[in-house]
Amino acid sequence: MSTITADSHAHAHGEHAHVGSFLSTYVFSRDHKVIGIQFLFSTLVWFFIGGLLALGVRWQLAYPWSDMPILGKLLFSAQGGQIAPETYTMLFTMHASVMIFLVIIPILAGAFGNFLIPLMIGADDMAFPTLNMLSYWFMWPAFAAFGASFFIGTGPMSGWTSYPPLSLTIEAQKFWLVGLTCVGVSSMMGSVNYLTTIIQMRAPGMTMFRLPMTIWAMFITAVLQAFALPVLTAAGFMQLADLTLGTGFFIPEGWSANNTLHAAGGGQPLLWQHLFWFYSHPAVYIMILPAMGMVSDIIACFARKPLFGYKPMVYSIAGIAGLGFIVWGHHMFVSGMSPVLGMTFMVATMFIALPSAIKVFNWLGTIWGAKIQFTTPMLFALSFVAMFIIGGLSGIFMAATPVDIFIHDTYFIVAHFHYVLFAGTAMGVFGAIYFWFPKMFGRMMNEEWGKVHFFLTFVFLNCVFYPMHILGWVGFPRRLADPYHYETFRHLLALNQFITWCAILMVASQIIFAINFFYSIFFGPVAGRNPWHSNTLEWQAPSPPGHGNFDFQPVIYRGPYEYGSPEVDIDYYPQTMPPPQNRPAAVPAH
Amino acid sequence: MKHFWALLFLLVPIFGVLTFVLAPYYNHSFPRDISENGRVIDQLFYFILYLTGVLFVATEGALFYFMWKYNGRTNREPVKYSHGSHTLEVVWTILPAVTLLFIAIYQMNAWADAKMRKPDIPVTAEITGRQFNWDVRYPGPDGILHTPDDIILVDGEIHFPAGEEILLSIKAADVLHSFFLPNIRMKQDVVPGMQQYMWFKCRESKAEVDIVCAELCGWGHYKMSGRATFEPRSEFNAWLAKKSAEQQAHRITQATP
Repeated sequence: MSTITADSHAHAHGEHAHVGSFLSTYVFSRDHKVIGIQFLFSTLVWFFIGGLLALGVRWQLAYPWSDMPILGKLLFSAQGGQIAPETYTMLFTMHASVMIFLVIIPILAGAFGNFLIPLMIGADDMAFPTLNMLSYWFMWPAFAAFGASFFIGTGPMSGWTSYPPLSLTIEAQKFWLVGLTCVGVSSMMGSVNYLTTIIQMRAPGMTMFRLPMTIWAMFITAVLQAFALPVLTAAGFMQLADLTLGTGFFIPEGWSANNTLHAAGGGQPLLWQHLFWFYSHPAVYIMILPAMGMVSDIIACFARKPLFGYKPMVYSIAGIAGLGFIVWGHHMFVSGMSPVLGMTFMVATMFIALPSAIKVFNWLGTIWGAKIQFTTPMLFALSFVAMFIIGGLSGIFMAATPVDIFIHDTYFIVAHFHYVLFAGTAMGVFGAIYFWFPKMFGRMMNEEWGKVHFFLTFVFLNCVFYPMHILGWVGFPRRLADPYHYETFRHLLALNQFITWCAILMVASQIIFAINFFYSIFFGPVAGRNPWHSNTLEWQAPSPPGHGNFDFQPVIYRGPYEYGSPEVDIDYYPQTMPPPQNRPAAVPAH
Repeated sequence: MKHFWALLFLLVPIFGVLTFVLAPYYNHSFPRDISENGRVIDQLFYFILYLTGVLFVATEGALFYFMWKYNGRTNREPVKYSHGSHTLEVVWTILPAVTLLFIAIYQMNAWADAKMRKPDIPVTAEITGRQFNWDVRYPGPDGILHTPDDIILVDGEIHFPAGEEILLSIKAADVLHSFFLPNIRMKQDVVPGMQQYMWFKCRESKAEVDIVCAELCGWGHYKMSGRATFEPRSEFNAWLAKKSAEQQAHRITQATP
């Protein structure tokens, strides 16, 4: 499987050697590296927009109904700079939608999946380069649809989950659903491509169990997407049909809202929740597994020591993916779903904490007895572990059905998923950007400013998200434009103001990253092929790699984590380095 | 500061634990519990909090210790060239598995009490969520819902008898809502087209608490609040009679132009 005939290689190289126009090289490129970087830039722009939307939410929670400085006058001039309740609802809906569908999913699979998969397995490109290009360009209708939805009426305002029947009363939801479907099509094209490429195009000697964790994570993520996405696409079309064609998949008999009686009925609002979470729970793992894989590679590299428990790490990712399909009901414990079903989902959900625990123990095992180099990527990777522990443990509270009765739809949940998705995935992504930046652009990012960026982000993110557990403990509900008219929550205003100021400072700290990023693309020190002394294959290619990636035919001799091996004098042992000729019969014990 | 980063990571468990220890002193913890069964949920929360707290301190502590001890700048020993340990993997798979299974089983009775063992008593009231209010319908003197003597109130002021089991029939008129009583530790989404029940008991003789809508129901979601008043049976009956009379008077004025 992993061998490719010399003939097909020659053909592929011939195709790539062709030098095209500017448009076909940098815009409609079929080169996986260009597509990956296109995904990276697009998602970083949306990351910035999504962050600003969150600040709008935070402003309202800290200073309800008071004029928002600077941005308020610009965006909400109709209300004199004040955030109206409709606008507030739109802000948190779009913050989540943008962050999930236009940032996290495409930055992991689209940017890093595209850039890294062929390089790390020793292929010259993806299996289907044109499909790959389309997977990027299908994001643009999604950008357009999500972008346009801001301006339809008051914007989408039924949460990122788009629960009917509320979503069926909102005009902008049509655009939102079209955007969602386009993201789904893009992801689907990507996942088919990743699966084929990883199965078919590995370099000679690259067996499945010599793949780096990044590739294993991308592979299993692609499996998740391929099996779960069709359900969401179907559900999306059903809701779109309810909105436009007058069907009633999610509308109960004789239902009316906004003084209009909907003729078709016989549907069930809960059906949407089942279909939506059947995709969106696996999607939670689509949003974390690739980060786990990349973090594993970064930690092993800067621990200068083999990854602890490689196979258990692979099996636990597979375990998360398998169990990920049977836990969706834990989003619905108090939704009206049968409580008997709730018990079953509780047991399954408890068990999905197990592979996550195994991964944490193995990361700790990896840095045990290491020689840790505290580089910027390593700091982000270690913070991923530290923060994922918090996000993982807080998950146990909501898996427990009786406790979930109280904390469901409170800020406890908000704290939990921000610890997993921001403190986890986003920090992992920052680490990955610092780590692979030299391979992408051939230059290094500034380490000192990278550490300043890390320090500020790490401190402020904990000041923002950790106190949210406490808010949830009081029962502070999500999605309320003004929670303080409830007597129960009135005293929480001060804590919310603290969180908001930390959030503002956290977003401001990202300016350091942006400057470092763009400055380094042009003026950073030239990196060379392997600046981190890493074992994996991509570091043997030129930085940045040209068309066809490798200027030699890579042959793989060993797994990716042979750091500190007694077989060689240097503290790393690249996968392509041939073993010494006069190798002793047995490795001497030490 | 050779160990700056290790020390930074040490702050995580320290502040993490301190936050949860200090919050209750500033009234930042569970709202006052007035229910008969709420303490079960609180105890389960604390059980998980202590358990995860220990794991949190242990794992974050190990992370700090390894970052300190195996700092490449100070650690002069060669790295431990180890690919893992089969025994350790088995241990740290089975121990959490047993613990998690125990937690799951430990929850089941409380869950069944809260959501599955519906008491066999007449319905105290019917609650309907609509944008953006909680409407209530009491069965009236005949004790049967949906008869002409029903008492219907739409001002979000809902009274319940204290000290006795209450069975509510709950539903939604337009979109999803969620009937959340933080002080009773009870929450249930209401779904258009579905009829559901909710039951609880107030152990205090007099209390007035918030009713919160906990499921996004539109632009006015934030203001969909109500007040639940628990009072002794006699006061409750008197209040109900007064409301019934008001409603009757209102009907008569409407009927005679």
